[in-house]
Amino acid sequence: MGEILVLVDHVDGVVRKTTTELLTIARRAGDPVAVFLGSGYDDAARQVLASYGATKVYVADAPELEEFLVAPKAEALAQAATACGAVAVLVTASAEGKEIAARLAVKLGSGVITDATDVAADLTTTQSVFAGGYTVAAQVPSGVAVIAVKPNAATPEPSPSSPAEEKLAVTISDSARRARIVARAPRAATGRPELTEAAIVVSGGRGTGGDFGPVEELADALGGAVGASRAAVDSGWYPHAYQVGQTGKTVSPQLYLAAGISGAIQHRAGMQTSKTIVAVNKDPEAPIFAMADFGVVGDLHTILPQVTAEVRKRKA
Amino acid sequence: MKIVVLVKHVPDATADRTFDPSDNTTDRTGVDGLLSELDEYAVEEALKIVDAGHDSGGVEVIAMTMGPDGASDAVKKALQMGADSGVHVLDDALHGSDALATARVLAAAVGTVGEVDLVLTGMASTDGSMSVVPAMLAEYLDLPHVGFVGELTVSESSVTCRRDGDVASQTVEAALPAIVSVTDQINEPRYPSFKGIMAAKKKPVQTWSLADLGVDAGAVGLDAALSVVREVVKRPERSQGEVVTDEGDGGVRLAEFLAARKFV
Ligand SMILES: Cc1cc2nc3c(=O)[nH]c(=O)nc-3n(C[C@H](O)[C@H](O)[C@H](O)COP(=O)(O)OP(=O)(O)OC[C@H]3O[C@@H](n4cnc5c(N)ncnc54)[C@H](O)[C@@H]3O)c2cc1C
Repeated sequence: MGEILVLVDHVDGVVRKTTTELLTIARRAGDPVAVFLGSGYDDAARQVLASYGATKVYVADAPELEEFLVAPKAEALAQAATACGAVAVLVTASAEGKEIAARLAVKLGSGVITDATDVAADLTTTQSVFAGGYTVAAQVPSGVAVIAVKPNAATPEPSPSSPAEEKLAVTISDSARRARIVARAPRAATGRPELTEAAIVVSGGRGTGGDFGPVEELADALGGAVGASRAAVDSGWYPHAYQVGQTGKTVSPQLYLAAGISGAIQHRAGMQTSKTIVAVNKDPEAPIFAMADFGVVGDLHTILPQVTAEVRKRKA
Repeated sequence: MKIVVLVKHVPDATADRTFDPSDNTTDRTGVDGLLSELDEYAVEEALKIVDAGHDSGGVEVIAMTMGPDGASDAVKKALQMGADSGVHVLDDALHGSDALATARVLAAAVGTVGEVDLVLTGMASTDGSMSVVPAMLAEYLDLPHVGFVGELTVSESSVTCRRDGDVASQTVEAALPAIVSVTDQINEPRYPSFKGIMAAKKKPVQTWSLADLGVDAGAVGLDAALSVVREVVKRPERSQGEVVTDEGDGGVRLAEFLAARKFV
């Protein structure tokens, strides 16, 4: 057993749920050491990391971490890995997380595994590949294993600890200061659960004809997140941040409800591992039905509002 | 301005993709291959820079791939779309290379081309889908990298990118030379025209071996891989559940199913 570095995924200091999943996974394999990069580290953040068993927290705050893209974070993380002699580094498999993992692997001369859906105590990873058609078990046989882990890979389990805190003085090279962030537009808040973390996702496709109202209302009645197919996103009906599939988000909720979505392989790649799949489609031959636990052949414009009303009635 | 576009030849995603049982590598012979659709966006973006024509010195677009024999088809497609020339890094020793070795070899190839201003890539391959090679390339070439770019503006000396991140959209600037990986939101790739298909036949494609690049064959390939696939298991097909036809009560029946599964 050794130290497992966990890169804290946070938005302006607010620790995201994925970090608690990484800490839970890290505890299986060794002692979780959290690395908090950037500003915003406060009592609330400390509390979360302590509740999920971090044995130590490195905090590195340098302006470069927020002024430039990715590269300074990879340098800081490499310095943290060296400082504690980590045997593995876990990051969230987000766009940024994967780029950090990539750079870190080169810096440490380490193997990298991305999109792990599970990590065992011996750091063997599980990945879902070829649009969910295969499951692969992989390992980094020597050196520091760099692993980017998908959201929902583990159920966060609290394990209170009182981590030692250490300020990490990082040096950021000139090379890492070349992709400058000049503006930032945060995504508008929807009040709905985060798509990749939600237990329930209701998605709409081309079949909505552009009206996502019935999809959103059903999502709200069920307390779920809203997703969209690329056809819906490409038509400008819903923002790309909500696209489910190969070039969008991968979701693995308890319930995935696809409305007016045919079920193309690239869409399936993003939702195939959902526990329960439900489909509403007017075409009985739509491929989505072949993977659905329950399906209704018909017009989503009448069926979804009926489901919403019935759900509301049952909840009342 | 000299632009290198990295293109990958991948097994068709709509076919039954599988693994070679002897060594757990991606089966690249049993399934028809094509230019990774996500690389078409990078090729298109390079051609848009050519079309915009604001570099007085002209813009040269080189399509580069690494892979077995058939991989040259990816370069060919890029040439048909409008790239000027191609590079195919071909060497038996490359079989089974991991992302690190791939990035190292591509970095050596970009270095061999020389005086490259911009390297464009797709956001991920459609087979391995790791999205790590461009950032690794940035490390090996010591160049800035902007990934997941949904909008790109190129001047003679810099790039301005809209990066579509998970929690925010960022505007990022970097001086050239730089590496930019683009998403499928950035443009609508053109189809090769008849003229383009004919013209491609005459465009030069160089084939380089590891020796040409000065890369040690022992540093690449399956034996040198720093991550190892232990096991590959085909996921059982999901079985189809009950499908009912709406006769006015489809929504109620769906709600009943949700309630039975305790989602309500
Ligand atoms: C490289 C690449 C990456 C891609 N990445 C993604 C990705 O990340 N995510 C993604 O989703 N796609 C992706 N795609 C696109 C994918 O191939 C499909 O084109 C897309 O998923 C289709 O979206 P859709 O199901 O909404 O539309 P369609 O395939 O057009 O299906 C619409 C469905 O709606 C049904 N319908 C129509 N009207 C109604 C109605 N009134 N009531 C009920 N049903 C109705 C129809 O019967 C049909 O089945 C990608 C493609 C490529 C090449």
